[in-house]
Amino acid sequence: MFGTARTEVARVRRAALAGAICAGLAAAIVGTVGAAPAVAADQLRIGFIGLERGDREPVSLLDTVVEDDGAQGARLAVEDNNATGRFMGQEFLLDEVVVARDGDAAEAFRGLIADGAEWIVTALPADRLRDILGTDEADDVVIFNAGAPDDAFRNEECHASLYHTTPSRAMLSDALAQFLVFKRWQTWALVVGNSDEDRLRAEAIRRAATRFGGRIAGELDWPHTALARRAEGGFHAIQREVPVFLQDLPDHDILIVVDETDYFGEYFPYQTWRPRPVGGTQGLIATAWHRAHESWGAVQLHRRFEAQADRWMTPTDFAAWLAVRAIGEGATRTRSVGQEEIVDYIMGDGFQLGAYLGDPVTFRSWDRQLRQPILVTGPRMVASVSPQEGFLHPVTPMDSLGHDAPETGCTS
Amino acid sequence: MTGPKTLVAAVTAGLVATTPALAEKIFVSNEQDNTVSVIDGESLEVIDTIEVSRRPRAMALSSDGTMLFVAAGDDDVIDVIDVESHDVTSSLSSGPDPEVIRVDPNRPYIYISNEDDNIVTVLDYEARTRVAEIPVGVEPEGIAVSPDGAWVVNTTETTNMAHFIDTEAMQIEHNVLVDARPRHAEFTHDGSQVWVSSEIGATVSVIDMESFEIVHTITFDVPGVPREAVQAVGVELTSDGRYGFVALGPSNRIAVVDQESYEVLDYILVGQRPWHMALNGDETRLFTTNGVSGDVTMIEVNSLEPVRSIPVGRFPWGVIVVD
Repeated sequence: MFGTARTEVARVRRAALAGAICAGLAAAIVGTVGAAPAVAADQLRIGFIGLERGDREPVSLLDTVVEDDGAQGARLAVEDNNATGRFMGQEFLLDEVVVARDGDAAEAFRGLIADGAEWIVTALPADRLRDILGTDEADDVVIFNAGAPDDAFRNEECHASLYHTTPSRAMLSDALAQFLVFKRWQTWALVVGNSDEDRLRAEAIRRAATRFGGRIAGELDWPHTALARRAEGGFHAIQREVPVFLQDLPDHDILIVVDETDYFGEYFPYQTWRPRPVGGTQGLIATAWHRAHESWGAVQLHRRFEAQADRWMTPTDFAAWLAVRAIGEGATRTRSVGQEEIVDYIMGDGFQLGAYLGDPVTFRSWDRQLRQPILVTGPRMVASVSPQEGFLHPVTPMDSLGHDAPETGCTS
Repeated sequence: MTGPKTLVAAVTAGLVATTPALAEKIFVSNEQDNTVSVIDGESLEVIDTIEVSRRPRAMALSSDGTMLFVAAGDDDVIDVIDVESHDVTSSLSSGPDPEVIRVDPNRPYIYISNEDDNIVTVLDYEARTRVAEIPVGVEPEGIAVSPDGAWVVNTTETTNMAHFIDTEAMQIEHNVLVDARPRHAEFTHDGSQVWVSSEIGATVSVIDMESFEIVHTITFDVPGVPREAVQAVGVELTSDGRYGFVALGPSNRIAVVDQESYEVLDYILVGQRPWHMALNGDETRLFTTNGVSGDVTMIEVNSLEPVRSIPVGRFPWGVIVVD
């Protein structure tokens, strides 16, 4: 297929697995759930679209280079769904496509639908997601956004078929802001990278400051573009350059670095002019998922994931896992693989998905964003989970993160 | 035979004891400390702290009441503690990450939920052999054995089911879908029902053992507490069929439920994040493990009042009363 690298491995693997389970267990299962023995009858096909990794490698040598971001999360959730499905007479199938950097996401999307997928999980950045939303086929399927944090998709660019399991920039920024206000570190200085994503994140941070009582004392733009993964001795330059760069900033409680693409933020902790903590997109971060998260059974998900993927679960993997699990939960509860029944269920009052975050996660009615607790964490230990106690909300404290119903710009 | 609890009830009834539970000891597993605290039933003070294997959670008594089994998840073993001497006398290999364990009333079997492997393991603790491995759903958690020993119920947290295992055939016979993230299963003392709590769903499903269907779903609404903070975990049922107690986790409450009408009668404020509970021998006292505050609350069952809080180790998880 042009511009895309197609893989059928997952589908083949899945079919073999389901067969083995049925052979081993079907005889043992009497149909308290479902009238007939659990022979996989109803199939539900999910398509996954990822994007080929770019040329740049993570700036820290400790970070692994992830080639299958999101796909591994979707695969694990399909396994989890099938574990229940074997008792329910339901089988979940996953088709994966990785779009090449010069490939066409819309083409990949149409291909998955042509093969029978009614559900699409995307681990794509904004421009590629926009390509998909522009197709006629987007009206007929349910799309879960597991990769784009852009607030625009929750507001003016929202789409009736589009659901979000990855948190928005506003949610991440609000989660961090609430923690900083809890700490009474209310005066912030910003260093903003020069990508479009960084500018959008900086906007979200300014919005969070206004909402929760933060004050931005000063702001600087990091003037450099991305460098190669550092060769040995990179710190010599950094140790001289960063303090000088920061020395004219007014005093602040925390330095917030805004570097979504991860090309300079990691250099800032311990190199600041003033002895201040560093947070934002590096240092103390807000994130949907982190390897250090151990509460509420999270370790079980880490272990299952690592046994399968041989690496840590990323926030994108987690968002893809949530999307596929939401579909599975809908299918289980409605005892149906029908798209309409499942969508009605997951948008209804009865839907509650366990997400290893303490609280059940649910979808917001106004923009179809998953409302979810957000981890606030250092590199090696979780510091807190937002929403913070004391930030009150008439419905649920989780709606104090991101765009609440009265603020939404989503009309479809 | 249902173990020492019944025995104590019979003895105290015979003596018309006014000071209950004199010789009782309360064992509490401290998940983060790798210890088991021993509380004296009379003074209500910690009299011993036993070093055990890593991450101790559920505990169970051998049928003769002499051995306490402690599931140690991070060492993949079940430690055996002599309840008289408090010595760890041996460790049984349990399969990976044992979480909840229960003992068969008729045979020397321990049923173990292996959280990471999606199986229930059956161990013979006398022969020290593995009797069976039963495949179940994702993240097996709660285990309950029916009073007659015919059924084992296992809950799976991500599959959201209660699996009913026939203990003769050692295989699943029924599956009942319950609310999100089922944790604990507890049989009524007459064996006619099993109560299954759901942590995220914040409900208790009452399942009838004739039809294997949910006959009632108990919901909880604690005034002034956000819905998300109400999570149903531990369940304890009095043998007279009167009360069901449900630990509501982050809401810091124990719900008191009428076993007949399923009506929630009261919410008792205890320490932070109560997880599991145990009644003493004559069922005059209920002990709760409060994970976050690191203590045990003693509730008087007659008055439904919390009367004492007893500091133990870090993250107390399971509790069991031994006479």
